[in-house]
Amino acid sequence: MSKNLYSLTAHELSEGLRSKEIKSEDISFALESRIKKLDARVNAYQKPPKGPPSGESFVSSGIPLAVKDNICTKGFYTQCCSRILEGFIPPYDATVIRKIKESGHSCLKLKTNMDEFAFGSSTENSFSGPTRNPWDLDCVPGGSSGGSAAAVAADEAIWALGSDTGGSIRQPASFCGVVGLKPTYGRVSRFGLIAFASSLDQIGPITKDVYDSALLMNIISGYDPNDSTSVNLPVPDYTKALGKDVRGFKVGVPREYFIEGLDPEVKASVEEAINKLRKLGVDFKEVSLNHTEYAVPVYYIIATAEASSNLARFDGVQYGFRSKDANLIDMYKKARGEGFGEEAKRRIILGTFALSHGYYDAYYLRALKVRTLIKEDFDSLFKELDCILTPTSPTAAFKIGEKVNDPLKMYLSDIYTISANLAGIPGISLPCGLTKNGMPIGLQILARHFEEEKVFSLAYAFEQNTGWHKLKPKLT
Amino acid sequence: MIDKKTVEYVANLARIGLKEEEADMLSGQLGDILGFIDKLKEVNVDNVHPTSHAISLNNVLREDSPQGSLSVNSALSNAPLKRSNFFLVPKVIE
Amino acid sequence: MPKYEAVIGLEVHLHLSTRTKAFCGCSTEFGKEANSQTCPVCLGLPGSLPVFNRTALDYAIKVALALNCKVQEYTKFDRKNYFYPDLPKGYQISQYDLPLSLDGFLNIDTDTGLKRIGITRVHMEEDAGKLIHEDNDSLVDFNRTGVPLLEIVSQPDISSPEEAYQYLSTLKTIIEYLDVSDCDMEKGSLRCDANISLRPRGESGLGVKTELKNMNSFKGVKDALGYEIKRQAELLESGVILMQETRLWDIKEMKTVSMRAKEGAKDYRYFPEPDLPPFIITPSKIEEIRRAIPELPHEKIRRFVEFYGLLEYDAKVLVASKKDALFAEECFNSYPGKDKKLIVNWFIGPLLAEANNRNLSISGLNIPSAHLLELLGFLSRNEISNLAAKAVLSDMIDTAKPPEEIIKSKNLIQISDGGALKKIMEEVIGENQKSVADYKSGKENALMFLVGQLMRKSQGKANPKIARELLKERLNA
Ligand SMILES: [Mg+2]
Ligand SMILES: [Zn+2]
Repeated sequence: MSKNLYSLTAHELSEGLRSKEIKSEDISFALESRIKKLDARVNAYQKPPKGPPSGESFVSSGIPLAVKDNICTKGFYTQCCSRILEGFIPPYDATVIRKIKESGHSCLKLKTNMDEFAFGSSTENSFSGPTRNPWDLDCVPGGSSGGSAAAVAADEAIWALGSDTGGSIRQPASFCGVVGLKPTYGRVSRFGLIAFASSLDQIGPITKDVYDSALLMNIISGYDPNDSTSVNLPVPDYTKALGKDVRGFKVGVPREYFIEGLDPEVKASVEEAINKLRKLGVDFKEVSLNHTEYAVPVYYIIATAEASSNLARFDGVQYGFRSKDANLIDMYKKARGEGFGEEAKRRIILGTFALSHGYYDAYYLRALKVRTLIKEDFDSLFKELDCILTPTSPTAAFKIGEKVNDPLKMYLSDIYTISANLAGIPGISLPCGLTKNGMPIGLQILARHFEEEKVFSLAYAFEQNTGWHKLKPKLT
Repeated sequence: MIDKKTVEYVANLARIGLKEEEADMLSGQLGDILGFIDKLKEVNVDNVHPTSHAISLNNVLREDSPQGSLSVNSALSNAPLKRSNFFLVPKVIE
Repeated sequence: MPKYEAVIGLEVHLHLSTRTKAFCGCSTEFGKEANSQTCPVCLGLPGSLPVFNRTALDYAIKVALALNCKVQEYTKFDRKNYFYPDLPKGYQISQYDLPLSLDGFLNIDTDTGLKRIGITRVHMEEDAGKLIHEDNDSLVDFNRTGVPLLEIVSQPDISSPEEAYQYLSTLKTIIEYLDVSDCDMEKGSLRCDANISLRPRGESGLGVKTELKNMNSFKGVKDALGYEIKRQAELLESGVILMQETRLWDIKEMKTVSMRAKEGAKDYRYFPEPDLPPFIITPSKIEEIRRAIPELPHEKIRRFVEFYGLLEYDAKVLVASKKDALFAEECFNSYPGKDKKLIVNWFIGPLLAEANNRNLSISGLNIPSAHLLELLGFLSRNEISNLAAKAVLSDMIDTAKPPEEIIKSKNLIQISDGGALKKIMEEVIGENQKSVADYKSGKENALMFLVGQLMRKSQGKANPKIARELLKERLNA
């Protein structure tokens, strides 16, 4: 192991661990110094409040994982980067964390930065301040799993967990030049993931390459009796899908994704990727996802409606921030008015409105129906397609502050990722180029429910024949 | 457009205290967002079933066997205010 | 006849007696240390998720079927959103537009015969925690949070406080037979709210209704309704326009008081619970549960009348308690012979009397059926007198001793042996010559006197029937 350990992938490191060339502590140590060196600038991790918590002592084993701050870790702060959860220490581990520990790995005693409660696409809405894109510190890393993506991109983490409700894994992976997978809804247990929108949320891996993504999926996937929405299907060995011949793969390219608003550089990169894959024997076909333009409005009704209910528990009674007050109603209003950030309040109020008397049918119910149509678009295409290929985001990373005062503009940056959550299908983002300014561009591959293997096969074939994943930001 | 009164009604339902200027700002922003969302009115949804779950599952049940609980200390460990074994809240007047 | 007619609907919340809560593995045991039966799920900790209890669903279907409801093929949970400190998630998992079951009924006894009370729906939900109010703050205990509840909503078919009482008793007895809840209002495992309005007798429109809460017993429901009828009638008489409101029953003052209007409007923002997939209840599942429903009270009453020859009134008394009915039936069945009259009469006679005297139920007397049968054996063989048998029963209850032991120790066996009786008889004849002469001259009463003397001489142990026969035979000879 001649290279710096922090710059390696999990599968490279596990070789070293297996051959006893390195020890787990070496990796932790390498990461620790890397974080010390860079994170003051990147801010991928949030600083734990008031010293270490009184939880269980930190055991470093296997290859440590960086965990997004909305995934419960027993005995360690889990605060969703929100003031209202300040100091919250869960008395239990999320199922994914339990699985990681059972597989012999461990979690870093730092949580990655995120938009408060995963509300955002830029990791600017955090009580820890914004995370910066390792490729250009003036740019956002995307969001809401921006901390996880930036940490992996900056070699401040080997691999990481994020969560994806409308693109929150894929879009930051795209902006940071790393690999991010949103699994099929129900593939990975949500137990212990602090809910944003229950019918859309999934936990997934953010990694340096496709191989690590498959490795991490092998660990975290599977039925969980504690999550009624997890699906009881066997988990394949996802690494077996890597290296599979993709000749004859039928891949659709939806024309609705290549219209105005798509940055020409992104468009060119994705077209180049299509050409590359075509050379590998993939059959491409232009297809139509008719209801694409409705995905964002449907999403912002469903996601905020569910969020308004999911976030009702943050009232200062059992945990978190509590304003001092003698009156019950004031206690609620102050705790929530002062504890939630601006975007959280905006979404809770929008969601509450969509469910309120007199508006339910016009907004919420209608959105659920259009969701059906969006889902049906995919169902019918997947009758004859293996995968669908699109850009992950219409643009590369934008500047910090650029969209923060225009929520609608910000919402539109998820335009290509949201549909997969509405339909519950798996999707990956992997690097496929750089802009003139040297910012990463991401390619999205979608497949039918529970066909992560096809996603991996295609993504791996592209990755291995291009090598975009090997580019690293010049951070010193 | 969503007027300030509606914002305040909804904020009260959601138990979120808003400052005057927050309510003003939200009424504008939510108006824009809802204007955009109104796009959905174009879609014909007659005879379309609503989708509330991404994957269709049913009859997910567990057996009625006790699994053990948290200790009282652990249950109360994150409470901002407590008294002996209880969570403490301002007096609830019924 | 009063000028106004009451229109009453009842909303009952019933704890299901599952071992664990509705959506988590915490125990439902009552009366434990505060907040000791909680977990991330029922505390509503961030990240936790619900998984529904199979037994709770089965129990719910059972109740719905027993109340003649139509169990729906497709049912789902919804979230009912509101803020209250006893509600840790900020919403209650309940059912809204697609409840478990709809459209059932319950027959109740009234002065004018059976009356059918419609049941609008029976749906499933979870209970909230418990608030304890102190001087300046309130304390919250989440042990009860998440206990499975059924909400049973009646149609406004109830016309009087007595009918409301009867409805609740009938419902309670049915639930008791199903063995799915302990129906204890004091423990809060059965709670009842009422909606009541008045209208001029004979009219069909509905008046302005009041919602009544905070009744802690069936009698409380009856009293609160009685009070409310009087209050509303007086207001209507004086021309006041009633307001729709919620009123609380104050048991100390025996009156209802208006509840301060809850802050903000009621807008629960129901929507389908995304954490719980829906349920599809197949006809075969419904049949399976229907088959497991035990004989219900009205069926048992009919059988007790037809098969054991009980009077309907007596059958109702026995069947009102499941334990009593099961005990009675166990005894009826093991009582030898076809003629069950003796044992039946003992249940509605001496046993019921003992139970009433002791403020217990018949089953609460804790008499082993074998002991009871043994006692009735002594009686039917004329080995003890009826009077003695009643005394033995009393002793059996007090001491839990078998009847034979009591009879022996108290020396209660009747003298039925001819030889022994003849000896006593000769003594009685010798001492009462005048009565003998009276009898012989045709005074039948004299025979009674002689039997009495014989009984006294035998210290009550002579079998009076045999003694009488022997005397008659001897004097007529
Ligand atoms: Mg209810
Ligand atoms: Zn629990």
